[in-house]
Amino acid sequence: MSILVYIDQSNGAAKKASLEASFYGKTIAAAKGTEAIGVYLGEASEDIVRSLGNYGLSKVLHANDSMFNDFDSKAFTKAVAAAAEQVNASDIVVPFNQNGKQLGPRLSVKLNAGYVPGASSLPNDNGQLSKAVFSGKSYADYTVATDKAIIGLSANSIQAEKTDHEAAVEAFSSGVSAEDFATKILKKEVLEGEIPLTEAERVVSAGRGLKGPENWGMIEDLAKALTAATACSRPVSDIGWRPHHEHVGQTGVTVKPNLYIAVGISGAIQHLAGVNQSKVMVVINNDPEAPFFKAADYGIVGDAFEVIPKLLEEVNAFKQAN
Amino acid sequence: MKILVPLSKVPDTTAKIAFTNNNTEFDTNNVQFIINPTDEWYALVRAIELVEKNGGSVTVINVGSAENDQFIRKALAIGANDAVRVDAQAKDAFFTASQIADYAKANAYDLVITGKETIDYNGAQIGGMIAEFMDAGYVGLVTRLDIEDGKVSLNREIEGGEEVVEASLPLVVSAQKGMAEQRIPNMRGIMQARTKPLNVIPANGTNAIVNIAAYHLPPTKSGCTYVDAENIGELVRLLHEEAKVI
Ligand SMILES: Cc1cc2nc3c(=O)[nH]c(=O)nc-3n(C[C@H](O)[C@H](O)[C@H](O)COP(=O)(O)OP(=O)(O)OC[C@H]3O[C@@H](n4cnc5c(N)ncnc54)[C@H](O)[C@@H]3O)c2cc1C
Ligand SMILES: Nc1ncnc2c1ncn2[C@@H]1O[C@H](COP(=O)(O)O)[C@@H](O)[C@H]1O
Repeated sequence: MSILVYIDQSNGAAKKASLEASFYGKTIAAAKGTEAIGVYLGEASEDIVRSLGNYGLSKVLHANDSMFNDFDSKAFTKAVAAAAEQVNASDIVVPFNQNGKQLGPRLSVKLNAGYVPGASSLPNDNGQLSKAVFSGKSYADYTVATDKAIIGLSANSIQAEKTDHEAAVEAFSSGVSAEDFATKILKKEVLEGEIPLTEAERVVSAGRGLKGPENWGMIEDLAKALTAATACSRPVSDIGWRPHHEHVGQTGVTVKPNLYIAVGISGAIQHLAGVNQSKVMVVINNDPEAPFFKAADYGIVGDAFEVIPKLLEEVNAFKQAN
Repeated sequence: MKILVPLSKVPDTTAKIAFTNNNTEFDTNNVQFIINPTDEWYALVRAIELVEKNGGSVTVINVGSAENDQFIRKALAIGANDAVRVDAQAKDAFFTASQIADYAKANAYDLVITGKETIDYNGAQIGGMIAEFMDAGYVGLVTRLDIEDGKVSLNREIEGGEEVVEASLPLVVSAQKGMAEQRIPNMRGIMQARTKPLNVIPANGTNAIVNIAAYHLPPTKSGCTYVDAENIGELVRLLHEEAKVI
């Protein structure tokens, strides 16, 4: 028996969500007295694959094949299922990110294994997994009735601790061929050098209170100073002030950072649905009656155009001093 | 082309969430229900648009009890051609997806469009499960979907960006914002919906494999600590020393 971890990659490197999944897999493996083994599909240097041991994997099965550089849910399911069989996995940990949300449910059917989409905790004493439901307004404890389980791990649910242990790398022949792929990626548009919103530990978000796209410079500067990603409310992306993938909320992205700073956002329930799992929320708004203050941990009543430049100064001073 | 659109019924976004029976059941008292937003606005409307352009038909399918018929009729009023209800409680995603996939396979649907996720259980999983049951391709979080001569071209959201993807039929996709614009049913649609077919079929014998043991409300926040706009250094100190997030 073992725990299998699916390593989601992009451009030859494991995503941050995969490091969290590795550490999570190792933690449940330790509790069960077994080991956590990774499966990495796609080309990568041996160093990169070996370094996944830093997060607790004893071994990584590596299909070092360009066929897998781009994700396809059907072919990847077949490959990961083959890996699960090879290592006799009792649990398979998959990041609950854009690729993982396609892989997890398919694996559930392929392996006849219960799937918990978006688990945010380690199993409790009864083996139950907690997950946010009703768009973050509540939590539920899930139990899986099958011998095998698929765990979709929600981002920022666990702090991955790093050691200098290295994983053994084993070449993996998945049995998958080009015919197993159902889709082909023609083009990828990813903003280089930016922190992906869904993986960010800190997020600076702004709304209609900012008046126009030309005023986002100070939001981007603050985000950079805090190593945060930027986000926005829905009307802001609807009018085209910001790109769509930055829109958080019920109809946009759900985020779960340690710190969410909301600037000039009123805090409508549909907005909160995408951000209310944040650990700490800071609200900056010139209207003391803005509903967002009810959900906030820290608040500043004030004009964003005065507060944000000052906050940026203070953050920079803090970084100098620490 | 035959398109199948699975629809779910969910509590309205603004519903107050409470539990009964020792926190093991969702309390539906005083809760308004709606069709899950991404299903109605994006999946259903794009399916109707594709049929308007390429010909074919749109079937909506729901796994649920007879009280869901009013929501199914609304989808017919918006423009679906016919409807199916699998007469069973949607016990878990595996059960629900198995019902929908069996119907899709038996009736040779080319394309299944689900919503991105339900706003109650936030699983984002039924589409992927249907695809695996059907042995078809699956692309989730799709923001654009076009079909030309049986070739599918779509955009999919990825972390911090988008991908352009090519796929062939049969295919399952999950729809999100960007794919279409919401349509409001008009009087003519509402009249026509009354006579459109709504077939009720029994469930297959699949068992549920995941259960919810209990619900918890999140811990209540201790309230907002206000920092004076003239003393912003204090916020930075609190975030560092008290909240420990910077
Ligand atoms: C079905 C449905 C789904 C939706 N989905 C989403 C979603 O996913 N995400 C989402 O965000 N919204 C969503 N909405 C919209 C949501 O209801 C709100 O309308 C929206 O979040 C408001 O955006 P906002 O706070 O930026 O703008 P506003 O509501 O206009 O608020 C602007 C805020 O800025 C403040 N302000 C103004 N000037 C300043 C200043 N100089 N300094 C500081 N503060 C200032 C104001 O006091 C106000 O609180 C949805 C709505 C519906 C009906
Ligand atoms: N009971 C149901 N009947 C039909 N379709 C459903 C049902 N539940 C969910 N779906 C579909 O599956 C999608 C994803 O749901 P979920 O995986 O539960 O988040 C929804 O947006 C619907 O399109």
